[in-house]
Amino acid sequence: MRFSLPDLPPAEAQLFPEGRMAGPMPWVIAVMIFLTVLAAAMGIALSRGAAGLDADLAGRVTLQLVEANPIRRAKQADALERYLAGQDGVRLFQRVSTAEVTALLEPWFGKAGLDADLPVPMMIDVVLDPTKPQTLPRLRQAVADLAPSARLEPHGQWLGPLVGVMGSLVWLAGLLVLLMAAACCAIIVLAARSALNTHRATIEVMHLLGASDPQIARLFQRRLGLDALFGASLGLFAGSLAILLLGYRFTAMGSELLGSLGLGAIGWLALLALPLATALLAMLAARLTVLAALRHML
Amino acid sequence: MTHIIQFENVGLRYGNASETLSDLSFSLDRGGFYFLTGPSGAGKTSLLKLLYLAQRPSRGVVRLFGDDMVTMARDKLPAYRQRIGVVFQDFRLIPHLSIFENVALPLRVAGQDEAAIGQPVTEILNWVGLGARTDALPQTLSGGEQQRVAIARAVITRPDVLIADEPTGNVDPDMALRLLRLFEALNQLGTTVIVATHDVQLLTALDHGQMLRLDQGRLVDPVGVR
Repeated sequence: MRFSLPDLPPAEAQLFPEGRMAGPMPWVIAVMIFLTVLAAAMGIALSRGAAGLDADLAGRVTLQLVEANPIRRAKQADALERYLAGQDGVRLFQRVSTAEVTALLEPWFGKAGLDADLPVPMMIDVVLDPTKPQTLPRLRQAVADLAPSARLEPHGQWLGPLVGVMGSLVWLAGLLVLLMAAACCAIIVLAARSALNTHRATIEVMHLLGASDPQIARLFQRRLGLDALFGASLGLFAGSLAILLLGYRFTAMGSELLGSLGLGAIGWLALLALPLATALLAMLAARLTVLAALRHML
Repeated sequence: MTHIIQFENVGLRYGNASETLSDLSFSLDRGGFYFLTGPSGAGKTSLLKLLYLAQRPSRGVVRLFGDDMVTMARDKLPAYRQRIGVVFQDFRLIPHLSIFENVALPLRVAGQDEAAIGQPVTEILNWVGLGARTDALPQTLSGGEQQRVAIARAVITRPDVLIADEPTGNVDPDMALRLLRLFEALNQLGTTVIVATHDVQLLTALDHGQMLRLDQGRLVDPVGVR
């Protein structure tokens, strides 16, 4: 079967005389591809964002020492740091300075600073080697032994639900893209049937002159393929503009999370391939529809 | 002479209606010239449809060029259709194509090179007296002119069999005779010609034509002599 856009002689190309963009199909496809581009972009960006978060969070742990007695708190911190220094599965650890902790608490206690009597937890940021999964349970045990009142908080635990929501949205975006593709197919099939009815007399003459079914189907295939390519390119152009505009707004917001939701080169390539994929889909749908209809003729 | 067309006990029925054609058995020789006559409603157009492969019979055997068309696979039929030229009673010209493009269409369908199309199309249009109007659209032509375009389209590929349904119905007697001479010339080149007509003048204008008379779906005089 041929699915290329054949270079037909002018007369053969004119057998179905309506000009490009004559019917509603290209415009409807433009709208659908616009929506598909947005859905696909959302899916790709969220997927990349979730992967980035996962990689970022994997192995990050914060130890919070909430012992009220500052001397005991400092001893516990020293003991834990000694333990961490001797572990293979610990890539990095760093005590969070008092200034940083004060800055973190500033939204609640104000710029005036903390009361000297107020016990401020001591924090140690730890980065574990994700390839050594036994490190975390061992650390948990060590914390229980060395600083029973300390809390161990893996970062993945805080942002895990967000990553889960992002994953669900990625699936939703994929579903939307599939639904749009199915709707595009339905529109193309309707357009092919409509064209078949409009040009029935021409088709019958060609049929009786000895044109084969693939020869006739090729004409429809080419016509609908070009219309779909045009409509899809238009939709991609509008969708890309919307994405660029949204990206600009996200970046301007200064949010680290939103700012990280880029498409990447592969994402943009996938979006750019949409018009071609739509044209191929249109040609396939047109071909199958026309061949099925022609089978009713002798 | 070998038989180019053979019908054996052929019947044709549309839906549940009674048979439009019944028990047709006849053979047409390669290179023969045949007139198909009969009153209106006798089944001439239905018989022509069987001949130009627009219809399969409800029963019986139809052989074209020695092959059984009843059992022939559908995708093999276009090759047989390309060997048959048809002049339809209602012309069936494609309205948005110029008469040049209409006449060139069978050559394009047959896969002829674009470079080899111009000359024969121009020649045949000159022959039917329309050489000066090659760019005209069919609807700008008179009925007679459209009929001549339809004939030009039917003969452009030098078909093995030419089937014409009332080909002179819309032309003046002079042009009718010219067209008959064209058919005769093609016939002398080996084309089997079958003309369905009521035109008595046409029937008597040719010495060697044979007649098939249909009446109420049956052959009254299978390949009889006039």
